[in-house]
Amino acid sequence: MEDIKKRIKNIKLWNGIFSIVSLLSTFVGLVLLFALMTDLFMDGAPRISYKFFTSFPSRFPEEAGILSAWVGTLLLILVTAFAAIPLGVAAGIYLEEYAGKNWFTDIIEINIANLAGVPSIIYGLLALGIFVYFFKFGESVLTGGLALALLILPMVIMATREAIRAVPNSIREASYAVGATKWQTVKWHIIPYSTGGILTGIIIGLSRAIGETAPIITVGALTFIAFLPASPVSTEFPFISFKWLLDPFTVMPIQIFNWVSRPQQGFHVNAAAAGIVLLVMTLFMNAAAIYIRYRFRKKIKW
Amino acid sequence: MRIRERIIETGLFFSALSSVFITLGIVIILTYESFGFFKEVAIVEFFTGTTWMPLFAEPKFGILPLVSGTLLTTAIALVVALPLGLISAIYLSEYAPHRLREMIKPVLELLAAVPTVVYGYFALFFLTPFLQNFLPELSGFNAISPGIIMGIMIVPYVSSVSEDAMKAVPMYIREGSYAMGATKFQTAFKVVIPAAFSGIAAAFIMGISRAIGETMVVAIAAGMMPNFTFNPMEPVQTLTSYIVQVSLGDVPHGTIEYRTIFAAGMTLFLMTLFFNIIGFWLRKRIREAY
Repeated sequence: MEDIKKRIKNIKLWNGIFSIVSLLSTFVGLVLLFALMTDLFMDGAPRISYKFFTSFPSRFPEEAGILSAWVGTLLLILVTAFAAIPLGVAAGIYLEEYAGKNWFTDIIEINIANLAGVPSIIYGLLALGIFVYFFKFGESVLTGGLALALLILPMVIMATREAIRAVPNSIREASYAVGATKWQTVKWHIIPYSTGGILTGIIIGLSRAIGETAPIITVGALTFIAFLPASPVSTEFPFISFKWLLDPFTVMPIQIFNWVSRPQQGFHVNAAAAGIVLLVMTLFMNAAAIYIRYRFRKKIKW
Repeated sequence: MRIRERIIETGLFFSALSSVFITLGIVIILTYESFGFFKEVAIVEFFTGTTWMPLFAEPKFGILPLVSGTLLTTAIALVVALPLGLISAIYLSEYAPHRLREMIKPVLELLAAVPTVVYGYFALFFLTPFLQNFLPELSGFNAISPGIIMGIMIVPYVSSVSEDAMKAVPMYIREGSYAMGATKFQTAFKVVIPAAFSGIAAAFIMGISRAIGETMVVAIAAGMMPNFTFNPMEPVQTLTSYIVQVSLGDVPHGTIEYRTIFAAGMTLFLMTLFFNIIGFWLRKRIREAY
């Protein structure tokens, strides 16, 4: 009897210890994140000013800014969004609504799951081989944007599929029952009802693209750029120009990488400041995604 | 009407097919350029040589230093990520009150959203100086601090996939265990984890594949030195950071130096593909279990 009591006590003790240990290790990540953010802000915040956003990189850390970097990031994401969103959403719709259950669909599915696990730098090598040297786009905004589009395509496809899967079958049946064709059902019912989920996936994908460095370095983005790509809008006819697509560029993460790799302390401060800007951009996009998911979940009740 | 429907369906089909073309593109590019590389360098030398000096006047093409650097940083990352990820998953799935869980999960997701260059900054300017307080002989560039930071980076992936697997274990199995008088601790370790084993293994493997492919943290903080060593205190170079190093320089298209990055990329691709296939197979198994 005593023996059993002792055993039970022992077991309960372990349970107690583990519940504390597990709580602590769950918070380790959060605490560390907080410490790192504080460190980054303390290092970089003094450098952030209006001038920091409007200056080109320079040999002198105090005069260097991130103008070419944030403009490059913006243009790159524009290309990425234009390429990845239509393609990814269309692929997701096909796989959920049209594809039959056969070996071919299986191959596409396995393939997408595998693509999501391919290291990002491999996409850079792909873009280097195909866009830079085969299609001769050069080391341009277009190449960089397309490289990132390939990278986030699996994410967009998977998010679209998940969102569409949440639309109940009764909606489809109701639509078919009044004589709608497949595409009409998709266009008027499936897409509107799954917009929230799709949008969330797209924003998270784009926020990942903004922070991605490796594939952009591989396609040969420059690290020191003291000019901007050609302006997309002009005062002369036809007002819109696409020359910027083929211009060389740099992006935020590359600018940070470049500053981190320099020996002078002043550039490390710049790197921290640019890091804050980049971090705020990605966290803002993620917060937007979480908010959209929350709003749409509240609005739609099946 | 019919024709329109068919056109739309065909368009959607080709969009879905594009993902297959991406994979084909990767395989073709890597194979084509590696083929050119192996015409000039013997495969045996490539896979058994212990010196990697491709950019020197008398080049040496032994990939082992890059593989050892990759494995070393990956191993350090896993030592951090696997226990932390698994234990947080157990906490979130078995112990945490519902409201706390709903609060922690988005924050863990944010941890995954921090750009990798920023993590690299932390490894080089925060963790390395911090570790040097305890390990004075630690060099400024080393394998251990990017490894640890990579581990922290992977925790959210490991914990969210493992937690999903544990949540998929039906409640009645837990209830059976509680009814026998087992504590939560016993239930978690003797019932839930064995039942969710494939899913947890898939999470671990996903973590491994992510650590192998991680680029910027090691490129910034590990030192870009192809060092055939398993000593975490020394600078190393990984497959990924070698590709970065070459891409930053001006290597002309079509030369042997240019092709080395594709040979390194091929090695990397095969390593991650191996783990991805195992992970995919394991995840398929959990779906069939219940």
